[in-house]
Order: sequence, then C-alpha cells, then structure tokens
Amino acid sequence: MTVSYGRYKKYHPWLYQPRHPILWWIKKWAYVRFILRETTSLAVMFYAVVLVLYVNAVSKGPEAFAAFSEWLASPLSISLHSVAFLFAVFHSYTWFNLAPKAMVVRVGTKKVPESVILGANYAMWAGVSIVLFWILTTI
Amino acid sequence: MTETDTHTTIEEVATIELEVFRYQPEKASAPSFDTFTVPLYDEWVILDALNHIKDELDGSLSYRWSCRMGVCGSCGMMANGDAVLTCAAFLKDYAPGPIRIEPLANFPVARDLIIGMDDFMEKLNRVKPWVVNENGKSLEEGEYLQTPAELDDFKQYTMCINCMLCYSACPIYGMEPEFVGPAVIALAQRYNLDLRDHGNEERMDILSADDGIWQCTFVGECSEVCPKHVDPAGAIQRYKVEATNSWWKSKLMPWGK
Repeated sequence: MTVSYGRYKKYHPWLYQPRHPILWWIKKWAYVRFILRETTSLAVMFYAVVLVLYVNAVSKGPEAFAAFSEWLASPLSISLHSVAFLFAVFHSYTWFNLAPKAMVVRVGTKKVPESVILGANYAMWAGVSIVLFWILTTI
Repeated sequence: MTETDTHTTIEEVATIELEVFRYQPEKASAPSFDTFTVPLYDEWVILDALNHIKDELDGSLSYRWSCRMGVCGSCGMMANGDAVLTCAAFLKDYAPGPIRIEPLANFPVARDLIIGMDDFMEKLNRVKPWVVNENGKSLEEGEYLQTPAELDDFKQYTMCINCMLCYSACPIYGMEPEFVGPAVIALAQRYNLDLRDHGNEERMDILSADDGIWQCTFVGECSEVCPKHVDPAGAIQRYKVEATNSWWKSKLMPWGK
C-alpha cells in the first residue's frame, strides 16, 4: 500500500534551492570590496607583463630598448600606469591588513598583538621600497 | 514611565512591516512574500515578531527557534539580506522598516524559513569534532593539565553554536556547495589546537583536500556575521599556513614525522 503525502515524499521534503546569482557580489559593499581586492590583482599582473616586455626589449638591442622606453613615456602608458598603480596599492593595502589573521605569532606564552604584526609588514614594505628606490636612482 | 504608558494596546503602539519569505511546497512550487504588520516595541527582536505572527496572524508560518537568547543557534535567518540570529536582532534597529525576512542563504529551503541542514551536519561529522585520543591516559595517571595560555589558543573556536550564519555569508559555499565551510574548519581547529587531541593528521586529509581550506578565498564575511566572535576566517587562514608548512616538511624531510 502506498501512502500519499501530496507533493512530499516521506522524509524527503520538496526542497527549494535557487541558483546562486552571478551578480551576488553587487548587493553588499563587503562583497564589492572583496571582488575589487581580487580583480586589482590584474594590475600586479600588468606590471609583471611590462617587466617581461622590458627585459625582452633589452635583449633585442638598443633600438628596441629605446622604442620601448619611448612607449613607456607615452600618455597612454602613463595613464595605464597611474590606474595600475592605484589598483596595486589597493590590492597590497587590503592584503596587508588581512595579514594578522593568518599570522599568529607567539613570544613565550604571549600572543604578539595584531598591530605589531601589521606594523612589521608595513615597515618591511616601506623598507623594500626604499632599497629599490635607492638602487634605481643611484645605479 | 507610568503604568498606562507601558501597557498600551496594539492600536496605539508604533508598528513595523515584516515581509516574510513563504514557501509551502504543497500549495505553490515557487516561494512568495507575505507582509505582516507587527507592533514595534523597543524590547522586541525579530523572533518576537515572528512568534507574534504565528500566534496572532498566521499560524501556518514555519521557522526554527528554541532558546531565544543566542545560545542554541537555531533561529538564524536573513534580515534585509544580512545573516542574523533573529533573537538578537532588535526591530527598532530596522525602523521604519519594512524588514525582509528570508531563510538562511545558500541552503535549500524545506518550508518557509526552515532550511535543510543535512549538508552541514554531514560535513561537521567528517572532521571528527571531538577529542581524538585513542591511547588516552589511564585514571591512575591523573587528569590532563592545560594552562590558561594553551586554552586561550582555541577557546574562541569552542564558542561556535553551529548557527550556520557563516555559511550564509560565504559566497564560496553558495557557489561551491562542496566546500567544507567556515564553522566546520573552525571547529576542526578547535580540536587540532587542543593538547589532549591527536587527530590532527586525520583531519588534515579532509581539511586540506580540494573541497577544504583551499576553496576559501578569504572573503572574510563569515567572521563578520558570527554572533559568537569565533572568527572562522582567521581559523582557515591559520590552517592554510599550517598545512603549507606540513606539506613542505613532508617534501623536504620525508623521513621525519
């Protein structure tokens, strides 16, 4: 004998499960921020590609190097770099702020406070930037 | 305030509208919203409003609740798109309204505001959320001592009440339902960091698999919505570091344990 439960099957409820919307991230600023943090990594990629092309130009000789340097100074390149720089800074800034979540450092039994870990990260960033700046301007 | 002020009738008190998600599969295959007008008392939370609706306006409304004080973790719902414990979400904070009440996002809906949680329960069980210690000490050897500092390492993870708000806030879980998810990983860490526990390796196989920690892209909203400040996002990132270290160790020193 079969028992009818209408549209229900016994112990198997009729579940409603909508598809996750493609534009899920638009609804909340926190999600928009996340998408921005992830997509701004493309700016980092842009820098990597420019560096590879630059090295390639160097290997091809003085003319190619001069042509590439000229392109770098063009308004298009400068505007691209300005946007990429802003994106890369946003990308680095958002990731640096998340560092203390992953790094839990202990000295003895005491936990190193988040502000110290954050500060150390920023100090290292500044230090590396200064060293690079020095190398680029003096050599 | 005088006696007459506090005991006003419903007609005299301010009201707020609740747009409540309804899904009654035996009546309609698609969900809809019902609007209810409830009194807006300062001390009322959304759960009080739902109880009022069920008692006075529409007895067919279905939802889960139990302790009404943020301990049982069963009254989690979406209020205006945010995952909240409805027992801790005051109506006045949503005034003038309306408040849109929906079942927890990313879960299948069984009826009205009731979600199916089988998936979560299965995943929770998978990571052995208990102290794994097969060769435990005998009674004669005495108790396990743990310093406050050692307890402090995982205490916040013990606060989890399995309310699943973090799963609703996690877009990864929405898109990749295979993902083990925030609370389960935090609870696994709760036992991994416990000195009495020796289940680290068994859990590593599950947590470090494709549908484990590596699915997480650190959106971080799970920690934002957590009513118990468990910080599952932090637990996942810490575990990523731990899993990476242990992978390198196994490659560089395959003889070591």
